[in-house]
Amino acid sequence: MANDFTFPDNAAKTATAAAGEFLPEKMSINMGPSHPSTHGVLRLQMELDGEIVTKADPVVGYLHRGDEKIAENMTYNQFVPYTDRLDYLAPLANNVAYAIAVERLARLEVPPRCQAIRVIIAELARISSHLMGLGAFGIDVGAWTVFLYTFTEREKLYRLFEELTGARFTTSYTRIGGVARDVPDGWLGRVNAFCDQFLPILEETLALLTRNKIFLDRTAGIGVIAKEDAIAYGLTGPNLRASGVPLDLRKDKPYSGYEQYEFDVPVGSHGDCYDRYLCRGEEMRQSVRIVRQAIKRFPGGDWYARDARRIFAPPKDKILTSMEELIQNFMLVTEGPQMPAGEVYFEAENPKGALGFYIVSKGGGVPWRLKIRGPSFCNLSILPKVCVGAMIADIVSILGSFDFVMGECDR
Amino acid sequence: MTATADVATALREKFPQVTGRESLDWPACNVPSGQAPAVLQWLRDEWAFDLLADLTAIDWGVGKSPRFTVVWHLLSTSRRTYVRVAADCADAEHPAMPSATRLWPGANWHEREAYDMFGITFSGHPDLRRILMWDGYPYFPLRKDFPLAGLDTTLADAEVAAETGAGVKPAPYMGGPFVAAPGGPMDEAEPRAKDQSWTEKEEKPNEA
Repeated sequence: MANDFTFPDNAAKTATAAAGEFLPEKMSINMGPSHPSTHGVLRLQMELDGEIVTKADPVVGYLHRGDEKIAENMTYNQFVPYTDRLDYLAPLANNVAYAIAVERLARLEVPPRCQAIRVIIAELARISSHLMGLGAFGIDVGAWTVFLYTFTEREKLYRLFEELTGARFTTSYTRIGGVARDVPDGWLGRVNAFCDQFLPILEETLALLTRNKIFLDRTAGIGVIAKEDAIAYGLTGPNLRASGVPLDLRKDKPYSGYEQYEFDVPVGSHGDCYDRYLCRGEEMRQSVRIVRQAIKRFPGGDWYARDARRIFAPPKDKILTSMEELIQNFMLVTEGPQMPAGEVYFEAENPKGALGFYIVSKGGGVPWRLKIRGPSFCNLSILPKVCVGAMIADIVSILGSFDFVMGECDR
Repeated sequence: MTATADVATALREKFPQVTGRESLDWPACNVPSGQAPAVLQWLRDEWAFDLLADLTAIDWGVGKSPRFTVVWHLLSTSRRTYVRVAADCADAEHPAMPSATRLWPGANWHEREAYDMFGITFSGHPDLRRILMWDGYPYFPLRKDFPLAGLDTTLADAEVAAETGAGVKPAPYMGGPFVAAPGGPMDEAEPRAKDQSWTEKEEKPNEA
């Protein structure tokens, strides 16, 4: 039977094309910007040979809001809410990264209690972001159930965020030199209780996928990124570690007191979609470990830099009763926290990768230039390479495993 | 800390034209634009700065010389440290810089972004087109002479524009409401809707 098929060359085919035959030619296909598997507004233009992708060109920028231009026109504290909208699945982690970047510029040290609060919220944000990424990845490859589990857990986290910051999503919790308010009474206990009930559920959720034949078929050996390529394209976060590079800024360039905590950095061996999934799963367990340690040795004292008179707002009761503090607060609001001239570059290990802020200051309360290095932007830049040679159905799997968010890609 | 301090010294010995750069955190240097690829390659190969963390540009303002500076941040995945390399573009009218895509394929998108936002041409870039703004957008938004509110322009799709007569309009509050201006006297820096405000110097606009 196999011998019945013949493959005429293109010239011969064209000669008989008048008979209305289909020509063996490549097809171009467009995914997005409003395609569910593109997780936002990513658009992919692809060229297919049958079901094999021969060329891929991601089109980004649909969510470009000019955050960097906006930053040049407002004071450092005013920009905090804009950082929520970078990686909008982990706003707390963005808040922390931005605050530390500006504090590096001001050469300001925050007290241990503030550092511990920031570690806890950054790790909770990591769990919530990975839960979202995992749930969406599951849906992409046809496993709906996972999403229902992870969203239930994420909802519990959002209740905790709401209690702490007053908002579920757009938290705007950090300030330059501290946080907006101290943790509420009993909040740490509720975080601990969340961790206790979360771990068994996480195991159950991961068990739905880890040895699932369908999931393995859709992810193992798909979208392989070699170690060298991952580095050359500037990948960071779980996507880089899944390719076997043990780079975690929490370990390698510790900030906010991460050096005090014990945790492991999961590293993949194949760099395929499955390894990226495994890395995220393990990172959630490690985040729980960090959160528990931080709560166990939660320091007392101030939750903001008390000596930073020209940077952090005075206590509210003082503003209302004392002239000195009123003036100080007025200056802070109108002129912004006063920064020295100079430039800093700070990267924090965010759920999606290294979120970097490059701040060029000429002094005063407004940055001259603020560049945001969105990890998703760099992670996506490898798509033209990874997608080529993959099947069209695998593209969905690859995109799901990248766990990108367009808010920080397009800024 | 000593190892990172050595980078700057070694760099100056190897490339005499390289000068030190003020920095609050990582070792930093200024290089002549022509030498930038050689310096970056040397840092990558000899000092294991193998990951291009970030590439961006700074506009120092209209009429400033040099007006545009391109900044690279390199991260070493083995030595766990950063280095900052900066190079000024010689020409403010047509700023140009040699491309680093030959060294890091990841520089591709970063350079497209710097071109998109500042209009810096990266010579040797395989595919230099806009990335965040749409193809055919006439301005470079992160230049200092581009207003925050934006400028009038046409829609990306000529057909849709012709059919609907719609265009891209600037934001209604020029300068933005409650936006403090950098520097300057206090009464100007105070956040308020600038086009609708009046001060001691500026009279209240006559409504009638």
